[in-house]
Amino acid sequence: MTPPTDRPASDGVARVRAHIEESILPPLVALVIAAVVGDVLIIIFGQSPGDVYRQLLEGTWGNAYGFGQVIYKATTLTFTGLAVALGIRAGLFNIGAESQLASGGFLAALVGLAMPRGTPAVVAVVACLLAAAAGGGAVGAIPGALKARFGASEVIVTIMLNFVVLALLNYIVAAHIHVSETLHTPEMNAGALPRLTSVFPKFAGSAANTTFLLAIAAAAGVWWFLFKTRPGYELRAVGLQPDAAEYGGVRVGTVWAKTMILSGMLAGLGGLNYVLGYKHYYEEGFAGGSGFLGIAVALVGRNHPVGVVIAALLFATLSQGGLAVNALVPKQMVDVLTAVVIIAVATAVPEVRRALAAARSSSGIGNRESGIAESARTQEPPNSRFPIPDSRP
Amino acid sequence: MSGAAAVRMAGIVKRFGPVVANASADLEVASGEIHALVGENGAGKSTLMRVLAGLYPPDAGTVGVATGSAPLRDVTGWTTRQAIDAGVAMVHQHFMLVPTLSVAENLILGRELRRGLALDLRAAEREVRDLSERTGLRVDPSRLVSDLSVGEAQRVEILKTLYRGAKVLILDEPTAVLSPPEVGDLWKVLRRLRDDGGTVILITHKLDEVIEISETITVMRAGRTVGRMKTTDATPRAIARMMVGRDVALAIDGVAIGRETGGGRRETEHPRDATSPVSRLPSPALAVENLTVASPRRPNEVDSVSFTVAHGEILGIAGVEGNGQTELIEAITGLRAPSSGTVSIADSSGTLRDVTARDVRARADGGLSHIPEDRHRRGLVLEYSVADNLILGQQHRFTGGATVLDQARIASNAASRIAMFDIRPPDETLPSRALSGGNQQKIVIAREMGRDFTVLIAAQPTRGVDVGAIEFIHDQLRKARADGKAVLLVSADLVEILALADRVAVMYGGRVVVTLPGREATPEVLGPYMTGAQGTAA
Repeated sequence: MTPPTDRPASDGVARVRAHIEESILPPLVALVIAAVVGDVLIIIFGQSPGDVYRQLLEGTWGNAYGFGQVIYKATTLTFTGLAVALGIRAGLFNIGAESQLASGGFLAALVGLAMPRGTPAVVAVVACLLAAAAGGGAVGAIPGALKARFGASEVIVTIMLNFVVLALLNYIVAAHIHVSETLHTPEMNAGALPRLTSVFPKFAGSAANTTFLLAIAAAAGVWWFLFKTRPGYELRAVGLQPDAAEYGGVRVGTVWAKTMILSGMLAGLGGLNYVLGYKHYYEEGFAGGSGFLGIAVALVGRNHPVGVVIAALLFATLSQGGLAVNALVPKQMVDVLTAVVIIAVATAVPEVRRALAAARSSSGIGNRESGIAESARTQEPPNSRFPIPDSRP
Repeated sequence: MSGAAAVRMAGIVKRFGPVVANASADLEVASGEIHALVGENGAGKSTLMRVLAGLYPPDAGTVGVATGSAPLRDVTGWTTRQAIDAGVAMVHQHFMLVPTLSVAENLILGRELRRGLALDLRAAEREVRDLSERTGLRVDPSRLVSDLSVGEAQRVEILKTLYRGAKVLILDEPTAVLSPPEVGDLWKVLRRLRDDGGTVILITHKLDEVIEISETITVMRAGRTVGRMKTTDATPRAIARMMVGRDVALAIDGVAIGRETGGGRRETEHPRDATSPVSRLPSPALAVENLTVASPRRPNEVDSVSFTVAHGEILGIAGVEGNGQTELIEAITGLRAPSSGTVSIADSSGTLRDVTARDVRARADGGLSHIPEDRHRRGLVLEYSVADNLILGQQHRFTGGATVLDQARIASNAASRIAMFDIRPPDETLPSRALSGGNQQKIVIAREMGRDFTVLIAAQPTRGVDVGAIEFIHDQLRKARADGKAVLLVSADLVEILALADRVAVMYGGRVVVTLPGREATPEVLGPYMTGAQGTAA
């Protein structure tokens, strides 16, 4: 025991630096690994990596249309990524974002269809927004309630519900409300959101629309909820240590049930991007795997809302870039690259963190006072199913 | 009776990431002696012994081991396999036995006796029985490990090492899980091993044990060896001073170290005998009536338990762990629903109110504080900052409006608690994981005792906590009593119970088998109740 010493002023700076290193460096290393694997693949196809990457960047961030497409794709991924991340923060693995997304889009399309033409935009958009949240939330509520009440694994229930919900939606559309010769519902009468083209004509042709503002608002809202509110405090405690949360007077089952509803609502709101912002109708299969990719977005984004937005942009870039480089290498190469990023993040991140911790120990940071006696390695959290950094921005 | 060196470790350094567990530690153990390795939690005792047993290679330093009459040979960085082959074996705090196998099967695991293709279990059982007779480690080789008591399981662990030919036996805190008579049995076994030429290294931080059983003592502090002495030359106070590096008002003064104070137990501090708040406020603050609690194992893990704790009283619940204490605490605090019975807590007017139907938060708001037995699992969210952990359970009182956390109040609450309870380092933004065990426990204590409460459930409040922090925590419990709080102290550490409790109840098999006034409770009286030898017939 040493007497309490005044902390040196540089201490806070060192900790901020360590924090930044810890949150930025691991994904960066993962990206470098992915790039190296990508180089090898490109060389196997007989192309120059430089050319392919240049083409990839030009086709995405390099022109207005490509950039618009990246924003469009990232919008949906932000919603599904937030949905998965919120679940993981509470210790839940929501694999059902795909069907929650579809269900939210479907209900929004129905409400838009049901409203009379000329409904004021404010009313119509809000009604569609609530419908999307309700559609996703309802699908999320089922596994949440089953887990809270019977302890049913949310992983199994959400996977199975994907089949049930998607089949049910397809049946309703095909049997009752599709436009003939198509697999989509009729266009909505009200509730459409403006495309970005209407403000920035340069985006011509791209599907980017104002839903992306909603996605950013959702990310900010999730951040605020998780780190600034009492329910967020309790939710994270449940995810990190359910026994400690229970001790702290939190009803763990209730938190699980509510979180699954919220998670489903977030995924459901993602449906607005396609339905309100792009096509103005529900079409079979519009989710197109965005719900599943949301798992990767949450993983790469370290379950942090800011990380989720960045990861969504990354995966959207890869997805759109695949089309851009199609002339040089097969589009599937980019799919492989996406998979490599996911694997690299899953494996490299813990390794890099370990290396950082080791490097820090030799430089003396983090072991300045005798009060710090136990290393993070000797105390694995009881709930280590997911890597949950409790980092605050 | 001790001879040449059996073990000589010099300049051992071992780091784990940023933590230096051993910073140049030395140890010399003579052949044929019982050697006590003492030090506070985190002093590096276990790490040093794991280096010796081949579990970790040292970052620097040398390890020499002599077996039989051979001279010391350098074995630095050897493997556990090589260590076992050379006769050096360690019995860990957590047993490594397969519960679904019998004692004999566990012992022969990895070196099975065969007859043709089949295991020759009968021969194995015979061998084990022989060994068991020879050493005095009595246990039926045909019983399943899952049916054994903790003390018996420990005997099997020791047997296992001897069966594999151990000559140097390392025991890591072996008495933590034993009742007093079982401790006595263990000492007999260890003395017998020594008399047969074996060498025993005992890791412990209980000073009474050191004095009773060892011949030589090595003291470690902060990863270094700070002293080595003959036990006959040592006093508990001298050892404690060496362990902590300063004078300590031992909480166990007069109990464990009775011989130093002339055998007079608890003559140090007894405010209650003179100015007992009990006489002023005799009304019960906590009442438990006919409480029965089921567990997945048994329908009556807690079996119709009744007691009361008065304002200004510490009721100690003694007993070997696993006799229903955990379930009792969980039922009182609302973490587990009892199958029958009631729990009542006094409200602000002093009237008992039945809270059996209330949830954890409602009970906490009604004046129930709880120091849980496992701070790493329940007491703290380890990833949360010190400040965030200091509001756990009261988070609903730290909001501005309905839901938004009031960060300013959380920070000022943290600052005042850290100052009041001397949590080190004094930085509320650190993750709780980064603090030492003693300081982590202080977070829990600051949170539960720093607020308004009527009843305190303190479960194993000083487990895994260093001597200095134990002193502090015991002072806090005494202060709570002096302030008229009702304290239910549940501890596996009999010394702690005897030092603090006004009344002592013993739990065995889910029942309270006896309740005694503190002055009548001694290890000798309580021991038979703790093992079920007495008090269970009725």
